[in-house]
Amino acid sequence: MAKPKLALYWAASCGGCEIAVLDIHEKILDVAAAFDIVFWPCAMDFKYQDVRAMEDKSIDLCLFNGSIRNSEAAEIAHMLRAKSKVVVAFGSCALEGGIPGLANLTTKEDILRVVYKDTPSTVTQNGGVYPQTHSKMKEGSIEIPELWETVKSLDQVIDVEYYVPGCPPQPEQIWAVIEHVISGRPLPPKGSILGATDKTCCDECPRDRKEKKIKQFYRPFEIQTDPNECLLDQGMVCMGPATRSGCGALCTKANMPCRGCYGPPPHIVDQGAKMVSALASVIDSTEPEEIERILDQIADPMGTFYRFSLAHSILRRVEKV
Amino acid sequence: MVTINIDGRTVEVPEDTTILKAADQAGVWIPTMCHSEYFEPYGVCRLCSVEVVRGKRSRIVTACNYPIRNGMTIHTNSERVKWLRKVIMEMLISRWPNVKVVKDLAERLGIEKSRFTSLERDESENACILCGMCVNMCNDVVKANVLGFAHTGIERKVVRPFDEKTDQCIVCGSCAHVCPTGHIKMVLEDYRGKKSEFTLGPKTPIYVPTLQAVPRVPVIDAESCIHFQTGGCENCAKVCEPNAINYKMEDEIVEIDVGQVLITTGFDLFDASPMAQYGYGRLDNVYSSLEFESILNSTGPTGGNIVMKNGKEPRAVGIIHCIGSRDTNHHAYCSRVCCMYALKFAHLVRDRTDAAIYQFYIDMRAFGKGYEEFYNRLLDEGVTMIRGKAAEIVEGAWNENGDPSLKIRCEDTLIGKFREIPVDMVVLCNAMEPRKDSDAIRRLFSISKSPDGFFLERHPKLDPTSTATEGVFIAGCSQGPKDIPDTVAQASSAAARILSLISKGEVEIEPVRAMVQDEYCSGCKICNNMCPYGAIEFIEEKKISHVNEALCKGCGTCVAACPSGAMTGNGFTDEQILAELEGLML
Amino acid sequence: MAFEPRIIGFLCNWCSYTGADLAGVSRIKSAPNVRILRTMCSGRVDPAFILKAFQLGADGVIVMGCHLGDCHYQEGNYKTIRRLPFLKRLVKDFGIDPRRLRLEWVSASEGDKFAKIVNEMTEEIRQLGPLKLTVHREIERAIAQP
Repeated sequence: MAKPKLALYWAASCGGCEIAVLDIHEKILDVAAAFDIVFWPCAMDFKYQDVRAMEDKSIDLCLFNGSIRNSEAAEIAHMLRAKSKVVVAFGSCALEGGIPGLANLTTKEDILRVVYKDTPSTVTQNGGVYPQTHSKMKEGSIEIPELWETVKSLDQVIDVEYYVPGCPPQPEQIWAVIEHVISGRPLPPKGSILGATDKTCCDECPRDRKEKKIKQFYRPFEIQTDPNECLLDQGMVCMGPATRSGCGALCTKANMPCRGCYGPPPHIVDQGAKMVSALASVIDSTEPEEIERILDQIADPMGTFYRFSLAHSILRRVEKV
Repeated sequence: MVTINIDGRTVEVPEDTTILKAADQAGVWIPTMCHSEYFEPYGVCRLCSVEVVRGKRSRIVTACNYPIRNGMTIHTNSERVKWLRKVIMEMLISRWPNVKVVKDLAERLGIEKSRFTSLERDESENACILCGMCVNMCNDVVKANVLGFAHTGIERKVVRPFDEKTDQCIVCGSCAHVCPTGHIKMVLEDYRGKKSEFTLGPKTPIYVPTLQAVPRVPVIDAESCIHFQTGGCENCAKVCEPNAINYKMEDEIVEIDVGQVLITTGFDLFDASPMAQYGYGRLDNVYSSLEFESILNSTGPTGGNIVMKNGKEPRAVGIIHCIGSRDTNHHAYCSRVCCMYALKFAHLVRDRTDAAIYQFYIDMRAFGKGYEEFYNRLLDEGVTMIRGKAAEIVEGAWNENGDPSLKIRCEDTLIGKFREIPVDMVVLCNAMEPRKDSDAIRRLFSISKSPDGFFLERHPKLDPTSTATEGVFIAGCSQGPKDIPDTVAQASSAAARILSLISKGEVEIEPVRAMVQDEYCSGCKICNNMCPYGAIEFIEEKKISHVNEALCKGCGTCVAACPSGAMTGNGFTDEQILAELEGLML
Repeated sequence: MAFEPRIIGFLCNWCSYTGADLAGVSRIKSAPNVRILRTMCSGRVDPAFILKAFQLGADGVIVMGCHLGDCHYQEGNYKTIRRLPFLKRLVKDFGIDPRRLRLEWVSASEGDKFAKIVNEMTEEIRQLGPLKLTVHREIERAIAQP
């Protein structure tokens, strides 16, 4: 019997997810043994044409990381969708837009202007040149992918079977998913989130929690935290309560508040709005002026509450004002 | 008991009594001038001197403080006693010839003129005769220790410390009360006691709050009671035979567990004094409805006689409707009861006096059973009805050269003329308004108020006695102005509602409740202090939160706060509300 | 056709919903633009509902609750006065005019106030014009080409 076929792809992401796959260490050999890797541009030399030539649904498992922010990623996503039986949105970017999704706070125009004109290190000619999708020169014409106005999560572009959250997904969680597929055990229902639990980060966090009443918010550099007390109790904006567990509470164990990379727990439609609601609830004041003063202490609410989930939130992006 | 003989009469008296008391018992009069039941015998005026005979010896003693011994023979009218009294009285007359008590006593003793001439002769009628009763009262009874004697001999006088105004004086008035000559007068600068709510004029510090009270028990106003200021007096305790007076009693807060509450806190009477045009509180003989009710009361301050402040019967009474009600400056609503009690007032004034009666009304609202008939009867009784709200009440003469009285200025819209009607007394029909503290009561029971400020019923037609809070009912004027039949009907209905739940023994509560889905809860403890009812408990063993469904009232605040989506609210889940939103936006 | 604002109103059961009812019973004229969603308490209003309303095409959202201190649940509206200002900041960051989100206290007896607020809000949103979000266009596009 032929080995099942595996494809991995890296769209708009930092590449950490690819490295995370390698972080399963020697088990990568088991992966190589169990699967026939048909597409993994980061690690091996494959051409798009090779995949395009394959039959539809001939790839058994496709781990797709990164969000969709240009036409190339979208094209490959559609192609892999057609060729794969199971597509997994792998990592936070694919799942909910991730850090690239923060581009939705601004516009394509602004991004291009900053990168190609405004940065001090950029030497501009003729008032600056933006990359052109189509360029004609004497050797012929060149086409490069078009940058999208709005970053999208994978499931906003193609149909996705499963999701593996994390920035990056934890190696043991990755192995658990791969191992499940290798073992041939029946797959969970479509739309399931793999490699994570239904609880929140607090479930794995070893810190002691109290009933919350917050009068003062701190940024990490403003406070020396007690290593045994809940960070939120101490006034740090920790996304843990509104973040799916599965990472093993790595950040809070390292004295840093959870950033929310595992995405919202089940039943939560908007991680940021939910955290706003929860945090506002425990602010210890009934005076409107004092409340405003306390809220002023939260720096960059959009970047804090929607750090990973902006592209997949209810409103998806910031409107041009 | 000992047996004595007074002026030939043999009496048996208790052992420790004084001659004065024994004589009183024997029906023998002994003149006194410095004696009072309030304090211990003082023995300074010497007028009560009597002759006590014991064996062959006889001696003069003061009857007020000389103790009885067995077998005593006492002469109160012997020549020796008479001579002594005469000397004392003549000395008194020579100095204070015009003081009534001195004059009266001299007359009774048959002394017409004095043989002495006093250099300190004082012609005034209420001179101080230095009897010392005020000093004894102040020191022994009131225990304020303000009054005392200064100087000696002819310069002796009663003074306050350093003869100056003092804060030590509690202004109880006991000295003035006991002063036999009227030398000490009380000047009413500021009455410090309690002015009873529905009666006119001050009351004593111990009083029965309302005469219809059951049980009819007096209470002490600690602010004006002498005992609570100086620790003295206790006269009421001395006279109370069943020993019912207890100065140590205090207000206490009693906690009672109840399943249902009926709120019948009633109303406050609109204070008409801000409506300066009616002169309430400024002009004499302008009364609020409840004050007039108190005047009409046969146990009230005037014994039910309709009289003015000067004690005369009024020649005309004006009754003005809608004071503060049906008035956009105050209360827009109609107080409902005023028209009918105004007619009742008119009827009683007609019944008890010969006064002319004028009713000033906007509309006559005789809406109840038998009310219209009563109205017609009043018209037959000759009450003048003037349609038009009185504009102003001014002081004026009854006629060109007559007695002073009041004038009501108004427009009589039925004849289309402005009128000025002279009256002696005005009764204002003040609006009923919500109690001043009704907002506090409302918040205590989580119930709402209607625009007029009265408590809000659950449904104006179908559920007029219950409120938004289960088990809390309202009746009477706390829900809105209403008369007695309506109040009784509503209160009976509320009582029936309450009893039906008591007999059932269980209550049905709304199914809207929050609950924690254990599998999603990670115990972040954000919800735990959301709940004002303490329904959310934290289970340490499982490290998750749990909602006590019996305590939960279903507000859903915790559901909105729960960041993990573990908390959900029956009837108002996220899914339901989001689906509703989608429906609304179609 | 003239622009008719679509406003979602989250009304608490005890004060504002009853107040709105009173406005109706009293036949007080008010703009029909507010579509009312009843919750037991203004404290139940999850900020996500408000964002969802905007996503679904609401031009404005108004949350109404009992006056402070008058909450049927004692202090539910005190949570609302913390959540709504917080969300207002976020809504502004999302590029939505914060005037499109309003918090008002309407008691059970304030039918006239309810009508006044509704009219005011409708007029204000009418001036602001329809709310057009990227997400609306994307959803429209998704519906257009399945």
